Amino acid sequence: MAAHASPRRGRASGLRRGEAVAGWLFTAPVIVILGVFLLVPVLMALWVSVSDWAGRGSPLSGDVSFVGADNYAAVLADGGLATKDFGTALRNNAWYVLLVVPLQTALSLFLAILVNRAVLRGRGFFRTAFYFPSVTSSVAITVLWMFLFSASGAVNDVLAWFGVNGPNWFNDPRGILHLVLSAFGADAGPAALTDGGMLGVSWWDWFAGPSIAMSAYILMAVFTTSGTFMLLFLAGLQNLGADVDEAAMMDGANGWQRFWRITLPQLRPTLFTVLTLGLIGCWQVFDQIYTGTQGAPGKTTLTPAFLSYQTAFKNQEWGQGAAIAFILFVIIVVFTLIQRWALRDRPVSRRRIRAYEVAEKGAMS
Amino acid sequence: MRLSPKQLTWQIVLYGVLVVLALIYVYPFLIQVVTSFKTDEDAASSGISLIPDVWTFAAYERLFAHSDFASWFVNSAIVTVVVTAGRVFFNSLAGYALARLRFRGRGVVFAALVAVMSVPTVVLLIPKFLVINQLGMFNSYAGMILPLLVDAAGVFIMKNFFESIPVSVEEQARIDGAGTFRLFWSVVLPMATPALVTIVILSFQGSWNELSHFIVSTNDPALTTLTKGVASLASGQLSQGTQYPLKLAAALIMTIPVAVMFFVFQRRIMNSTEGAVKE
Repeated sequence: MAAHASPRRGRASGLRRGEAVAGWLFTAPVIVILGVFLLVPVLMALWVSVSDWAGRGSPLSGDVSFVGADNYAAVLADGGLATKDFGTALRNNAWYVLLVVPLQTALSLFLAILVNRAVLRGRGFFRTAFYFPSVTSSVAITVLWMFLFSASGAVNDVLAWFGVNGPNWFNDPRGILHLVLSAFGADAGPAALTDGGMLGVSWWDWFAGPSIAMSAYILMAVFTTSGTFMLLFLAGLQNLGADVDEAAMMDGANGWQRFWRITLPQLRPTLFTVLTLGLIGCWQVFDQIYTGTQGAPGKTTLTPAFLSYQTAFKNQEWGQGAAIAFILFVIIVVFTLIQRWALRDRPVSRRRIRAYEVAEKGAMS
Repeated sequence: MRLSPKQLTWQIVLYGVLVVLALIYVYPFLIQVVTSFKTDEDAASSGISLIPDVWTFAAYERLFAHSDFASWFVNSAIVTVVVTAGRVFFNSLAGYALARLRFRGRGVVFAALVAVMSVPTVVLLIPKFLVINQLGMFNSYAGMILPLLVDAAGVFIMKNFFESIPVSVEEQARIDGAGTFRLFWSVVLPMATPALVTIVILSFQGSWNELSHFIVSTNDPALTTLTKGVASLASGQLSQGTQYPLKLAAALIMTIPVAVMFFVFQRRIMNSTEGAVKE
């Protein structure tokens, strides 16, 4: 980086010109690197997803031809193994999202409220304890988790204290909802559920719930992310003025009412952040699966992210792998939009606030 | 101040819940430390106990003497140091430009960065491989490091920080005849230490713990990082049997640098995460 035009003469214009050059020079590394390793790759993968490239040579060479939506069809529509695997991966990940997102959000909020008290002794220790799992790598945590949840591991030891004979967690493909149903004698689904289905997976299997193996991953995700989100909630809590809470206390609201009516509505922005980050993260489970079970047992820990990798790098079905990645991208975007819509500031609530304000003014005068 | 019986009960319940929760969060790591010093049989038979039958360093010996663990560690260290240095420099350059320099196209650059941040990384696995391969950087440090060298989130952190510094500081130096880079390097950057520490922590953690990028950018055993190596240990590529002490020892050593970082910068880490949301 050489020195830039010295702004001695013709101050304004010279300065501006120097600034423009410097501005582009300063941002150039970021633009070039992100462009080359982010924008170009996405365009290239988009091409691969509609081509028959088989992993040899350049995907941009003349031997590679355009196959239209074939790869997408193989994954979404033709009912073969690719479709069935994608359906299974989608099912597994959907259950993962359905359980992890609410659990981690509720737990992290609970932890934040517990450690937010100013008078709490050992506050620093507790915060550290809850946050520490978040800084460790997912690979290290997965290794630890596979030990804790092994057949004779710590978790089953604890369960044994309560007379429960714990499962062989990471090797058990049984769906937990199916297990619950079979406890009531329903071992096979009704024809209505087993006959029909989506993406090569019967409705009955869609409703199997996460497998026991997947449940161990679910617990792991809650364990490792609750600390991060606890910090976000703590920040949110500390931004709240105490006055509203105190006013409510004066009016005789109990702790529970104050939490639901005062604290939680004010935490809405943080809640939105936590839910969005949680949703986006949960649809991207990869490291854990790669380190741990690689989709086994019975494909019940297969996730779209891992399937995309496996399809492309292991099976050399590059087009299908890329197609899965783009479908996953769309899923993530759609979920984020749905959630944004669900948590938007409703005009109703604003009107209600205004109604309160009017009532308050009336009471004051 | 004396507490009423009801308040006292609440206090006891609160601390009880906290202690149980803290135990759940801490105990797995204690098990990890202790188990790495156990024998294979001992680890497999009593997964929860914190007292080994015999203390043994066998797992560590095996790790360093009979596997490429040391080379994995070196690779991770190289990547992490270079990536962290690069991010500190390039992110702050770009952050400064976006915060202070007026140039045509700044809005576009900014909007593009926002868009880039929203692309999920897992979706980029195949795309990244394609480009790295095309550029002839597969199985090289360049392919491992270059794509991680900047990050949009870091640019934002720096931009926000620079915007909080009063302009008057730079005006004085400018009148004294300092060029833009000089101004940035010797006047503004030294003032940005808090933000720089945040970038250092985040990129250290991020690149040390990174796995998927190294999976798609290398397959040469000589370039295996800790994350990749330990993941291959976990799926049992080096060994027969479970060998839990070995695996847990590997995972433990891998955790130590980030743990040290965490405990040294604890205050700041807690605050930086809070700061990231407040903005």
